[in-house]
Amino acid sequence: MTLTEHLPILIIILPLFAAVIMPLTGVVNRSLCWYFTVVVTFLVFLIALSLVCNVMEAGRISYWLGGWKPPWGIEYVVDKVSALVLLVVSFIAFAVAIYARRSVEKEIAKSKVPLFYSVYLLFITGSMGVTITGDIFNLYVFLEITSLSLYTLIAMGPKRRALIASFNYLILGTIAGTFVLIGVGYLYMVTGTLNMADLRVLLPELYGSSAVLTAFAFFTVGLSLKLALFPLHIWLPNAYSYAPSVVSAVVAATATKVSAYVLFRILFTVFTVEFDTSVVPVTYLLIFFSSVAIIMGSVIALSQTNIKRMLAYSSIGQIGYIVLGAALTNELALTGSIIHIFNHALMKGSLFLVVGIVVYKTGIDDISGFKGLGRKMPISMAAFTLGALSMIGAPLTVGFVSKWYLAIGAINAGMWFLVPVILVSSILTAVYFWRVVEKIYFHKADEVEEIVTEYEVDGAGCACKRFEAPLTMLIPTFVLSVLCILFGIAANIPAGIASSAAKMLLGGGG
Amino acid sequence: MNEHVIVQTISKILIPFIQLYALYVLAHGELGPGGGFQAGAIFGASIVLYVLAFGMKSAKLRFKSKVFDFLTSAGVFIFATVGVLCMIAGGAFLQYSSLPLPTKKLASGIGIYGIEIGVFITVTAVLVTIFFETAEQDDD
Repeated sequence: MTLTEHLPILIIILPLFAAVIMPLTGVVNRSLCWYFTVVVTFLVFLIALSLVCNVMEAGRISYWLGGWKPPWGIEYVVDKVSALVLLVVSFIAFAVAIYARRSVEKEIAKSKVPLFYSVYLLFITGSMGVTITGDIFNLYVFLEITSLSLYTLIAMGPKRRALIASFNYLILGTIAGTFVLIGVGYLYMVTGTLNMADLRVLLPELYGSSAVLTAFAFFTVGLSLKLALFPLHIWLPNAYSYAPSVVSAVVAATATKVSAYVLFRILFTVFTVEFDTSVVPVTYLLIFFSSVAIIMGSVIALSQTNIKRMLAYSSIGQIGYIVLGAALTNELALTGSIIHIFNHALMKGSLFLVVGIVVYKTGIDDISGFKGLGRKMPISMAAFTLGALSMIGAPLTVGFVSKWYLAIGAINAGMWFLVPVILVSSILTAVYFWRVVEKIYFHKADEVEEIVTEYEVDGAGCACKRFEAPLTMLIPTFVLSVLCILFGIAANIPAGIASSAAKMLLGGGG
Repeated sequence: MNEHVIVQTISKILIPFIQLYALYVLAHGELGPGGGFQAGAIFGASIVLYVLAFGMKSAKLRFKSKVFDFLTSAGVFIFATVGVLCMIAGGAFLQYSSLPLPTKKLASGIGIYGIEIGVFITVTAVLVTIFFETAEQDDD
């Protein structure tokens, strides 16, 4: 077998190997860890990129683990949807890895830095695995790897509340994981197979069976909990706001997206669209809950004073968009949904990175701390504004593209009443982001400039005179926010991939 | 903790047998019930028994937590290395039969052993680490 044939497994093995070697690297030289992480995530990104190219040319790639034929062995599948998600996750992982150096130096104890990078890479391994696997039990395993490393990453947050946030997430995440496992168990019980493509073939005969219905219920609830759909979102705000800045960014940009991807897989690959709409009308439920999520996420975000919490609640609303597009089960809406996975990763990633910069430079994570920063950190604040515009859905930004697809999709589905939901939430988004943008550009800075915070022990940031963040932080942030504009203008590139992906999901391709 | 002569003596006699049994389970894994995970759990239990009988302090002298940290990674490393060796030999990841050995059967056997040893090391190390971490909370 040639190297290209091995790419689907290398994308998993590479970060796994690196994660295992990382603590040893830390013993040799602590500063090597960062370089090592950047190199590995870059390679993973390159692999993802070449996988996308291969898939667009040649179609579905299947890799048999251990050479075992699929229904019996574990199969890794790269198709248009998973290739896109792989690309998003690996790109964000790479950008955040570059950014991580200074932020991690400041927020995480020196002795824990190698472990941080190790767990970070393990998280990437898990996310990649969830995306690429075509085996439903393997999916559960990777989901748990992702979650377990995430609990650890969140618990490394600088405040003690991070431990509680992480523990709450651990409890709810474990419940969600168990639900998914029960679902897997029921499906295995009635079909005797764990391969997704095989399940799709075998399941239709058993759609009446109560075991299948139970499995489906467990999957839906478990995954909704994992991706923080509105009534099941309570773990998310604390987890996002107490995690280290780097972790907030990578989690907000990738973790819930990967869970959303899993939901797509269950809804459209393991089960069929007919099942979701006619046998069990779960799509109506999901439409209802995601609309509530869109509105409530924005409303609650409006009342937040902590910037990270505000972004966290805004994420809950955005997750609503992603689920809504899937629940409408028509091609345009699903395209919007898939493209929103990509777009939201870019914009939320850049927003959280800017917040990370502000926390790094000033130690404040309150909205009032943004007063007058437009003068002091023009580049990062420009990045924030671009991100905010995208979130609102201003034309020529990525946010507009996905909302456009969703709105058209809703009208095509005959659910015109969803269009006002999208509009109202856009207005609310504009309002809560405007509060911040106003502080940035139209308020004078407070007199007290450099506040020494509780975790600014080594005083790494205060010594320098220039107020703008270091380049390793600035470049990834700015690149992400520029991409928000770039892909808003050249929208046909991601939209092309997303729409063929949506076609494939709805048309029954595995 | 120093008074428990009976517990300590019996533990001293039992621990080697428990560990030997763990290795048996490991070696037997590919043919019968057992395997790396179970063997690791049994081996870890023998170390836990040592700590219970002789106390944390003497255990700390014998087992350095750094070593277990290293072993945790090492086990996964062995697992992944065997998988990659299969790839280098021309098969898929973890396709043991492609390993360059006289017969395919032997290659599969050796490959599975490699995997099981990796699992064994990691499970032992993780169990002991978890036990040490929770036990230490009370000592401080």
